[in-house]
Amino acid sequence: MEGTHAVEFRGISKYFGDVAANENVDLYLDKGVIMSLLGENGSGKTTLMNMLAGIYFPDKGEILINGKPVSIRSPRDAFENRIGMIHQHFMLVDVFTAAENIILGLEEEGRLDRRQTADRVRQISEKYGFSIDPDKKVYEMSVSEKQTVEIIKVLYRGADILILDEPTAVLTPQETEKLFKVMRAMRDDGKSIIIITHKLNEVMEISDVVAVLRRGRHIATVRTTQTNEAELTEMMVGKKVSLNIRRNTPVNPVPRLTVAGLTCTDSSGVPKLDDVGFIAYGGEILGIAGIAGSGQKELLEAIAGLRKADKGSVIYTPEGKAPEDLVGKTPMEIKDAGVSLAFVPEDRLGMGLVGGMGMTGNMMLRSWTSGKGIFIDTKAPRELAKQVHDFLDVVTPDIDYPVRKLSGGNVQKVLVGREIASSPSVLMSAYAVRGLDINTSYVIYNLMADQKEKGVAVIFVGEDLDVLLELCDKILVLCGGRVSGIVDARTATKEEIGLLMTRLGGKEAKDNE
Amino acid sequence: MNFNLIGLIRAAVLNGTPLLFGTSGEILTQKSGNMNLGVEGLMFMGGAFGLLGAFVYGNAAGDGAVGWIAVMIAFLSAFAAGIIGSLIFSFLTVTLRANQNVTGLALTIFGTGVGQFVGELMRLKVGGNVSVSNSLKTAFSGSVFPEAMQSIPVLGPLLFNYNVFVYIGLVIVVIMYLFLNKTRKGLYLRAVGESPATADAAGISVTKYRYLATCIGGGISAIGGMVHTMTISGCVWNHTALAGEGWVAVALVIFCLWKPLNSLWGSILFGGLLILYLRLPIPFIPTQIYKIVPYIATAVVLVIVSMRQRREDQPPAGLGLNYFREER
Amino acid sequence: MNEKTPLIRISKRENAGKGYIWFVRAMAFLFALLLSCLVFAAAGADPVEAYGTMISGSLGKKSGIRQVVKTAAPLLGTALALAPCFKMKFWNIGAEGQITVGAMAAAFFAINFGTKLPSPVLLTAMGIGSMVLGALWAGIPAAFKAKWHTNETLFTLMLNYIAIGIVGWLQGGPWEGKQGSQVIPNFVEAAVLPKVLGVHCGWIIVLILVVFIFVYMNYTKQGYEISVLGESENTARYAGMNVSVITVRTACISGAICGLVGFMVASGANQTLYADVADGVGFTAITVAWLAQLNPFAMIIISLLFGVLSKGASSLQTGMGVPSSVSEIIKGLLLLCLLGCEFFINYRLTFRGHSVGEKKGCE
Repeated sequence: MEGTHAVEFRGISKYFGDVAANENVDLYLDKGVIMSLLGENGSGKTTLMNMLAGIYFPDKGEILINGKPVSIRSPRDAFENRIGMIHQHFMLVDVFTAAENIILGLEEEGRLDRRQTADRVRQISEKYGFSIDPDKKVYEMSVSEKQTVEIIKVLYRGADILILDEPTAVLTPQETEKLFKVMRAMRDDGKSIIIITHKLNEVMEISDVVAVLRRGRHIATVRTTQTNEAELTEMMVGKKVSLNIRRNTPVNPVPRLTVAGLTCTDSSGVPKLDDVGFIAYGGEILGIAGIAGSGQKELLEAIAGLRKADKGSVIYTPEGKAPEDLVGKTPMEIKDAGVSLAFVPEDRLGMGLVGGMGMTGNMMLRSWTSGKGIFIDTKAPRELAKQVHDFLDVVTPDIDYPVRKLSGGNVQKVLVGREIASSPSVLMSAYAVRGLDINTSYVIYNLMADQKEKGVAVIFVGEDLDVLLELCDKILVLCGGRVSGIVDARTATKEEIGLLMTRLGGKEAKDNE
Repeated sequence: MNFNLIGLIRAAVLNGTPLLFGTSGEILTQKSGNMNLGVEGLMFMGGAFGLLGAFVYGNAAGDGAVGWIAVMIAFLSAFAAGIIGSLIFSFLTVTLRANQNVTGLALTIFGTGVGQFVGELMRLKVGGNVSVSNSLKTAFSGSVFPEAMQSIPVLGPLLFNYNVFVYIGLVIVVIMYLFLNKTRKGLYLRAVGESPATADAAGISVTKYRYLATCIGGGISAIGGMVHTMTISGCVWNHTALAGEGWVAVALVIFCLWKPLNSLWGSILFGGLLILYLRLPIPFIPTQIYKIVPYIATAVVLVIVSMRQRREDQPPAGLGLNYFREER
Repeated sequence: MNEKTPLIRISKRENAGKGYIWFVRAMAFLFALLLSCLVFAAAGADPVEAYGTMISGSLGKKSGIRQVVKTAAPLLGTALALAPCFKMKFWNIGAEGQITVGAMAAAFFAINFGTKLPSPVLLTAMGIGSMVLGALWAGIPAAFKAKWHTNETLFTLMLNYIAIGIVGWLQGGPWEGKQGSQVIPNFVEAAVLPKVLGVHCGWIIVLILVVFIFVYMNYTKQGYEISVLGESENTARYAGMNVSVITVRTACISGAICGLVGFMVASGANQTLYADVADGVGFTAITVAWLAQLNPFAMIIISLLFGVLSKGASSLQTGMGVPSSVSEIIKGLLLLCLLGCEFFINYRLTFRGHSVGEKKGCE
């Protein structure tokens, strides 16, 4: 069988600066097989696949396609080797139509024939069971439609080897099912498929073989039928871990934040939040689920005073003091009113932190008004930076080293560390573990649980439904900017939440408040 | 009142033509995602080298100088100067990933310096004002159409009585429109400007497209400077007359919402504003104040454009951002 | 690796050492001077002789040095003014206009109150007036930027032409001296800045400004606000900063300093007002600010260097027949080369046949 693999990596290494993203990886994949590439965030899965797709060029080693050594220097070389990759962040031009995106970069002769393209797109769609309007603009599409365009784009180029980078991260359970069906159809058509993921249940469901990466190295490739989740986890993390999130029963929850009728539009007048209402209790974790862009970001920003609310109220009820409406207040006014609101935004370096500054400068973001007169106080923030550094084991060469250059996990530790240090009474976080490795993720989950046990009202926006179901006490599901339902996290199922995500009200949810 | 509408329109077209080249060239550049603020410098270089080319040819050929050859030489020298200037810009921003804003300003300082230098050097060497012979001057500013067509009432002066550059500009803009909207390569170029990462992942060479668009665009912009020097300034190096043209052209790009066809009427409008103080004197308004009207209009236009935000009217999403494939 | 490996590969360089960074910048500087030799050659001058003439013409005699300081002072002042704006990523290229209106305000007091007020009061009024008008001139585009995100680069630029046009009108109209002369008469003695060491005292003002800007940018709350806003508007809003206020305030401070420079130039150097009073300082100062990486102390050196360049270039024109605009070209080349050299600080090149990443632990 030697030499007949569809793809083979031999001794591949890739370095970023002094960090090895991949080290001496040997790996192969056969025709008509779905392989899961399993590994933690930062284990080098995407880097390895980017080398196959021509985004990166390996520093060492060689890649063989159908037994022949090839040199893939650019995405164009990848197409010529019939390799196509669907990136996690979609590679689509927003203002173009689906068809225009699909034909992008093709070296076809003749003039631009939009009708012919549309016909071929329809052909492909029918073959694998998609539905897509070739003339629809990408910015008008849902996430799953965009993904479909990406897949068609790759198939249109005649790819035989498809790479999907975390394709399910943005999909509902139902959409995931549909995607898997398409993937099986493509496999039966003789295509080789690599799916990058860290979700074990999906690995077990979809793949024929599983390749595990850890810290850039290939640990093992096993048949899915001959392994189990526990064994895979051990290979992935390198040690036995218990994947349980601590969740105590809330003690004496009190209403802390009462949101009612909250309505928001963006700058171009598109409604983003519509009549959102819920109560966040101190001593509870309220999860927020929804398809990406369903209003999660806007909701947190509206509460934090960063976004103007058109209507509605956000009543903050402190212990032993009169309630206060936060709507219409700026972040500074909210702070001055004595509301201790911590916010870990989705865009860490673009909103929560200043990338070019060190830890000290970033600690100042919450305390910069406190210095004497016109001068800024650097002493207290420096102390705080040291505390956060020691408490959360932030890995940095120096406390004043620009945080932009730290790894994703350390960036998040700086941000979460600072927010928790303000001993908040409400803690909001958006996608707090995105891109983090398992250990850091669990550090974050535990910090959330700690805060809850201290009586803080925690609002946790997440994308991994399994985590939400394990960590939270209640889960609010957003759909198109509206509250689709609020369920008890201890009894709800993933499917139930999935339905709520796509359809207002979903089916009859019995645990509704 | 010695006002006549046809005269005003003609003056607007003639004064708008340098802007038309400057603006349409910069539109092409910006469509690729490169924000080249060095148009002012490019137009200076184009003006100086265009004049130099025609002057050297005129001197060499003496009495045997042929008008259209002089025009060709001026055209090509300006274009080449623009390409060299834009090559510097592209090399710094595309290959070396330098900040586009500052690089554009540096190019302006460099380009205006070079233009001045060449202009002054010519004067120092000749010992007096540099100019080309009268017969060559006519080749630059005379009409390309036969006398009969020019003398058609109204239509003649309005359509057929312009110098050759007016028509070349028109053709360039129409070609640019067709290229950007009807061809595959145009689609790819727009993709590069909208989202370089997407274009790259689709196998389009971001570097190649950005270099080409910026250099050709810069060449076209530089021709605008040459047209100004050879027609409006009467084939004499006059840096004060040229000053500001490039910046108005950059502002016009925003005004035209990055659409080549809009630059046709946009540049005529601003050409008219530039000349209005001569053609339509208003009592009680001093000339010096009247002269700043186009700049006030530009500022007003900037404000109005920024106030209305429509999805179709936005700049290319990747404008001003350098691309590095292995960015993490 | 096979022979199809790309010839040169680019990767990010994480930590360039201080010594390396300065080495690269020094090389870029030398490279720019070398390129300038080509320009001299094009003008038919011997580059070595040309540089010699420039240095002896500027630093060789006392009057030359005074001229250098006189040129450097407004440059330094304007570069300092631009620093907060650039730190905030507010691309103010309207310093030219802000200087012009500053000079205009100063001239207003000099012309109308020149004989009525004692010199210290008059000079103070001129200074304050120039700062107010300069602040206004920068504040207008900033306000539009804050409200509608209006492109400030072009707006500030258009205001240059408007300012110059207004002074041009004053020069030939209301403030004209002899009918038809198109010239504003010289300021009275009381409206002229006193001289210190042979140069008007503006150079002392800008040296004080160096310290002021350094402290302002590094040790004050407002300086911190500017740094945060320059990195990310969203972060600034997240931290509770009022983005609009910071934008307008910073632009006004910048404009006020530019206005003050205008006052210095009109009152100290020219002792009158004319449309070309800013004389490109507003643009050259952008280069100074950028070359100095916004460091106020480095700006002193760069502006002095530029003073030498300008004075040297005028000696060059009289002595060797090389157009003095050669100094503009050299400035442009310096800026272009130093912009380009940052690449070698931020990225690493790997040539075919060399492998990467094996040498670990190199800082």
